Amino acid sequence: MKTTPLYQCHVDAGAKLVDFAGWQMPVNYGSQISEHNACREQAVIFDVSHMTVVDLPDSGEGEVKAFLQKLLANDVAKAKSPGDAIYSCMLQDDGGIIDDLIAYRYGADSYRLIVNAGTRDKDIDWIKKQLAASKLSTELVVRDDLALLAVQGPQAIKRAVEATSTVCDASVAEQIAAIQKMKRFSSVSLSMPDGDEWFVARTGYTGEDGLEIALPEKQAPAFWKALLSAGVVPAGLGARDTLRLEAAMNLYGSDMDETVNPLESGISWTVSWQPEERDFIGRKSLQASRNADGNSDRQLVGLLLEGRGVLRGHQPIQVAGHVVGEITSGTFSPTLQKSIALGRVSIQALGVESPADILALECEVIIRDKPIAARFVKPPFVAKGQPLY
Amino acid sequence: MSLPSDLRYLESHEWVRMNDDGTVTVGITEFAQEQLGDVVFVETPEVDLQCEAQQAIAVVESVKAASDIYAPIAGTIIEVNADLGDQPELVNSSPYEQGWLYKMQPTDGTEVEALMDADGYQSVIDSA
Repeated sequence: MKTTPLYQCHVDAGAKLVDFAGWQMPVNYGSQISEHNACREQAVIFDVSHMTVVDLPDSGEGEVKAFLQKLLANDVAKAKSPGDAIYSCMLQDDGGIIDDLIAYRYGADSYRLIVNAGTRDKDIDWIKKQLAASKLSTELVVRDDLALLAVQGPQAIKRAVEATSTVCDASVAEQIAAIQKMKRFSSVSLSMPDGDEWFVARTGYTGEDGLEIALPEKQAPAFWKALLSAGVVPAGLGARDTLRLEAAMNLYGSDMDETVNPLESGISWTVSWQPEERDFIGRKSLQASRNADGNSDRQLVGLLLEGRGVLRGHQPIQVAGHVVGEITSGTFSPTLQKSIALGRVSIQALGVESPADILALECEVIIRDKPIAARFVKPPFVAKGQPLY
Repeated sequence: MSLPSDLRYLESHEWVRMNDDGTVTVGITEFAQEQLGDVVFVETPEVDLQCEAQQAIAVVESVKAASDIYAPIAGTIIEVNADLGDQPELVNSSPYEQGWLYKMQPTDGTEVEALMDADGYQSVIDSA
């Protein structure tokens, strides 16, 4: 089992550790719900060093951007300046989702991709295969030398800046100050006097403001301790899951995988159709998958449980006595104090013309063989720390 | 943490208290609630349900997962803990007292005596 550079910090903080994609990771440090609430109200830190950071450095040929425009369903041309980032899916030829990722442009023609832990090997194989097919001179660099921390919550940036200042050399104070001026979905690199780099991005997976920070692994424990001193609370993968689900952010492997495409996964906004001549992998299949109205039959929807119980993955969704789909991930929402879920339904099975008509239907979810009343809702469930339902 | 010595236990982490009136009260152990994490929903059995030993008759759901709760012995459900409807977290904060799940009338009063005692259960959690 692999451990992150922060393993000892987790043990010291009283973490309950579990196996996650071959890594020993903290699931909580006592109470998942308190950690969840701390993120909505103040600031928490997640160790996400199990995620894979890969770089595509500038080869001087101006080829990396064009490569990613083919590799990704979203268009990296939207990352207009160095520092800008985009969220995208990486698709198979048939449109099935290999993984979802954030692509950060960190130089004129250099990009950093952060991909999921559970998909690491197939992602790296796929990217290398595409690089070889495109005959690029740039090489994929897997950054296993970095630790990755996510500091999230309304107070996250302020406290992370404070912690960074206590750990880093005074000569980088100006660079640290720049973190506070960063736009959402952008990033900066802090260059330390000893040559080390800290990569700081205003991104996350909780629906709150915050930062994701990639830094040399040897510096991670000191930074972790500085964050705790600044009042940031450690949070585990349990809270990370309830936070992302309230924010209706998909979990790869649950809400989407190789058998579905982005149009069927509530993230059609991440597919960039313009310019028409951009022939990204999967484009033709995605176009062909839509019906005459431009919709996919399968749609990812939000659900709220009206009756008692907890929604969980794979529970059948029923309308007028017929199964029309199933829950892809469900949980108890600490913010709403009721159960929420994402689920995939078929428009055809529902007998509606467009996805917008789904919200008007009454539905039930089968929990342990009993139909329990539920309601279709438009996700997300929580925004800026406030319940929307 | 030491286990209450007056209770009987199951390998599936339920505890059983023998009441003076011949009924038994069932709940889940401190170890079980800690493993489950924050409990957010408890599905208690129906009163008057007749059940066999080892039958799954209740469900405790934490934020992360649902766990079946088994009947320790054959009998009839006579009461369920109504407080858990609004306060499922009692299972976490007071697993042996306020967080009890249900009471049953045993079919055979001697069956409960044969269940594991605290020492037996201690060795179960030590090897978990």
